Amino acid sequence: MDFTPTEDRRLLAETLDRFLADRYPFQHRLAVAYREPWHDPAAWGALCGLGILSALVPEARGGFGGQGFDIATVFESLGRALCPEPVLPALMALRALMPTGRALDDVLDGSRQVALALFEGDGGIGFGQIATRAERRGGGWVLSGRKAVIYGGHVAAELLVAARHDDTLGLFSVSAGDARRLAYGMIDGGGAAEILLEATPAELMIADAEAVLGDALEAGALALCAEAVGAMDRAIEMTTEYLRTRRQFGRPIGSFQALQHRLVDLAIEREQARSITIAAAAALGTEGQSRAVSMAKALVGGAARRIAEEAIQMHGGIGMTWEAAIGHYAKRLVMLDHQLGDADAHLDRLAAAYCGG
Amino acid sequence: MDLRLTAQEEAFRAEVRAFLRDHLPDRLARKVRAGESLSKAEMEEWHAILNARGWLAAGWPREWGGPGWSAVERYIFEEECARAHAPRVVPFGVSMLGPVLIAFGTEAQKRHWLPRILNGQDWWCQGYSEPGAGSDLASLRTRAVREDGHYLVNGQKTWTTLAQHANMMFALVRTRFEGKPQEGISFLLIDMTSPGVERRPIRTIDGGQEINEVFLTDVRVPVENRVGEENQGWTIAKYLLGHERTNIAGMGFVIAAFEELRALMGRMRRDGRPLIAHPRFAARLAAIECELEALKITNLRMLSGHGGQSLAVPAMLKIRATVLRQQIDSLARQALGPAAAPFPGEGPRDNLALVPPEAARAAAIYFNNRKLSIFGGSNEIQRNIVAQDMLGRL
Repeated sequence: MDFTPTEDRRLLAETLDRFLADRYPFQHRLAVAYREPWHDPAAWGALCGLGILSALVPEARGGFGGQGFDIATVFESLGRALCPEPVLPALMALRALMPTGRALDDVLDGSRQVALALFEGDGGIGFGQIATRAERRGGGWVLSGRKAVIYGGHVAAELLVAARHDDTLGLFSVSAGDARRLAYGMIDGGGAAEILLEATPAELMIADAEAVLGDALEAGALALCAEAVGAMDRAIEMTTEYLRTRRQFGRPIGSFQALQHRLVDLAIEREQARSITIAAAAALGTEGQSRAVSMAKALVGGAARRIAEEAIQMHGGIGMTWEAAIGHYAKRLVMLDHQLGDADAHLDRLAAAYCGG
Repeated sequence: MDLRLTAQEEAFRAEVRAFLRDHLPDRLARKVRAGESLSKAEMEEWHAILNARGWLAAGWPREWGGPGWSAVERYIFEEECARAHAPRVVPFGVSMLGPVLIAFGTEAQKRHWLPRILNGQDWWCQGYSEPGAGSDLASLRTRAVREDGHYLVNGQKTWTTLAQHANMMFALVRTRFEGKPQEGISFLLIDMTSPGVERRPIRTIDGGQEINEVFLTDVRVPVENRVGEENQGWTIAKYLLGHERTNIAGMGFVIAAFEELRALMGRMRRDGRPLIAHPRFAARLAAIECELEALKITNLRMLSGHGGQSLAVPAMLKIRATVLRQQIDSLARQALGPAAAPFPGEGPRDNLALVPPEAARAAAIYFNNRKLSIFGGSNEIQRNIVAQDMLGRL
């Protein structure tokens, strides 16, 4: 057993942290995250130039990582900087493309953005509710249906769409220009889109894609957990600093036990979130992947919300303002739980497994 | 980063399992599993079995008769013992006084007392809390006045666990009455058979008898029974609390309790279905399991030094582990439904058809384990420690 990060990953985190501190100071993030295209295309190019996407893919597919701890390393840094770049959709698309024979170079270097269009607005994580249909037409396929809140869908050139053909869930490629796309920004920054498919031409990528989609979902959920841990670190740092410096009744408010104990509870939540994320990262690519990722997402969802709510509360009125960073961290920490299955959805999956379900 | 056990660690686990299979008496494991209290002789029996193998003092260095295990090996040992329902090693001598003597004792003290802990000659209890000094331990008033080669000790200790079995007590006493309270405390080893020592049992919330009051009236303690310098006892107390907290976290026992709970929920039925098939119960169990999985990693991270060396680390672990154990105990109590109510030993025997015998004491265990967040420094005191670490002096 060894909890020391490898030298490569330590360097990756260091490089990424330095880049983000330089290119993504909070004011810059604020300027780009809430305005179309809801990210900074130049920074995106530079991030990909650093090899951040290659870190998410194994050597055999042209990258230099692809393990759970590589994903966790990248997303923890992104979380610390509250970076709104569409790295999560790229990760999920790459996971889905990995088993296909397709060359990934143009995705890895950031020049071709691909997003995975999986869910349709149902909050569950089972694929049973996916209703988008694929039909043969001529020599190819057409898709009909609606995909909801597709992360990165606002900038993607290509959409990987989960759709039913006969009784099977397949994965299809759609050129974004062929679909109707309603792009929007999100309450915690960054962009997404609704994708409307009306007999939209598509190319079949994987005929039976359940396992691949499950893997992409789980890799994405792990990434969100790591992102949350990075954001928790910063939120707790900021809150600690605020308690140390803000004075009321002639003394720092951090001298009041009512606040001290609540701060400590947040630190414990954060340690637990970090630990369960480590467990999930270690389990990625093993038979324990689904269970470990659900445990992580379930625990992190609750911990992130509690840290966010308490961080706002302890900042008082300042925490309610747009200009204070803490509120934006809090929003991200709360809204993470809405992505790729909330704490309840993952708890339900764990609970069902107790009875072999 | 690699969470897998090394081949060596796996082999060690197998060795521990085989030892427990061959040497842990069934009758002890059954009592432990049911949460029944063990007699003094039973606890001594288990200590002797471990000592014969050289595994009693898991945290001691080899030089003093410990096995010299790594943090991970200690964790594996504890986890396997708990899974096998081995009795918990009584901590006062082995886990508390032992490390103190090794760190602060003179050569003569180590040579005299350490072997006696291992071979069971001495049964130690801990004389810390007093009626007026609980969380504010430094305000303790039991006084020790030096007189021709002895201290004359007067005062009262309380919550003294298993003092009814003890022939020795390590105690914090006041040796200076002016200045900062922390700077007037000494650490004494008191012979419980001395004239002037009186014990009175305190019955606990679950009806059990494990804690006592100890009254000390003109008790003579030889000066050579002082550990460390006079008035330096607080330093030792703080050192010991760090040890005690990780010990209280008792991760192996939390894991074993969870596994019992999960089995219980598969057996207990409500509305014709096992509890584990009820979404509400199953979701509660799943939430606990997530925290437990995380806590295993948190514990290992901290044991292997990733998390800093400050007292804040064991304090955080103590808080979360004790609360988690209490949540497990609470769900076990709930799982029994109305059958949880009969006072242990007083329920009709044929209720055992409804309630597995190893779960019959669930409510008593639940009430007894409310102590976990109070003793060893209440969880509020632990939060004070962590807060000071995070915020500094304000």
